[in-house]
Amino acid sequence: MMAAHNSTFAELPPPAAPPVPVAVVEEHPDVALVARAKAGDTSAFEQLVKQYDRQIFRTANHITQNREDAEDITQDVFFKAFQKLEQFKGDSKFSTWLVRIAVNESLMRLRKRKTSKTVSMDQDVETDEGSIPRDFAEWRPNPEQIYSQSELGDILRKTIGGLPPGFRTVFTLRDIENLSTEETAEALGLSVPAVKSRLLRARLQLRERLSRYFRQKTEATK
Amino acid sequence: MNCTDFLAKLTDFFDGNIESELMAEVSEHLGHCRHCEVVVDTTRHTIDIYRGNEIYEFPDELSQRLRSAVMARCEGVKPAPAQAEGAESVGAAGSLR
Repeated sequence: MMAAHNSTFAELPPPAAPPVPVAVVEEHPDVALVARAKAGDTSAFEQLVKQYDRQIFRTANHITQNREDAEDITQDVFFKAFQKLEQFKGDSKFSTWLVRIAVNESLMRLRKRKTSKTVSMDQDVETDEGSIPRDFAEWRPNPEQIYSQSELGDILRKTIGGLPPGFRTVFTLRDIENLSTEETAEALGLSVPAVKSRLLRARLQLRERLSRYFRQKTEATK
Repeated sequence: MNCTDFLAKLTDFFDGNIESELMAEVSEHLGHCRHCEVVVDTTRHTIDIYRGNEIYEFPDELSQRLRSAVMARCEGVKPAPAQAEGAESVGAAGSLR
């Protein structure tokens, strides 16, 4: 058997190029922190809290549109993550895992607030608003120079707050938190085409609403 | 390609997720459709403006307060001991010597 193999190899032409060096895959620093936290090192877990508290607070605030809820959710997310740390197997990024918990907690909070009314990722997504652009005005060169930082903040909060939760959540994860389409789909339990469709409509609705504030007043310059 | 076809591809266009053949059609449409050009421009601005502005304040004081509260809650809950993870720990490897 071995001889046959050897003769086969002997007939092969020599390699055309020197062997390609094996790429060293760098381990994400969170992997070591999570391993230390699992082993009982609470300072490692505290470091993870420090790294991601802003992102989790922002995600919860975007979804719930309520600052106090976002504070409570941020605490709950990290506490749950600590309790369930053994369940984190590293198949996704640790931050994505946290975001997924944050989304669940935030949607639960919305459901509680609305008592009998169900809040889900499907709520209000049947709306046609934004699916067909209507405003074709160009924006002023830099809207950030027209409004003060606090005025701009008010406009952006009001505008995203007016989106249905299903759209707001997809836009938050994909465009603000920079998750990939696949990560967003995984975090929300949606298919990739469903994420793409909601993202398109969320972006178009936001664009349409912001246009009311940022459009060039061509008529005023005439 | 008309405006409806173009809009259907807008998400893939922003994500740079379009095959070269289709990209040529998209570019051609954008070259002569002023409305779609404005939609692309202002949608891009929309994304940028949300990415570039932290609209919910998160001062250091709040971060510290939340972190302290989380760590206080975690105090009472002991994570599973390292030995439960198996022979990967330093202690287990040391015992093999």
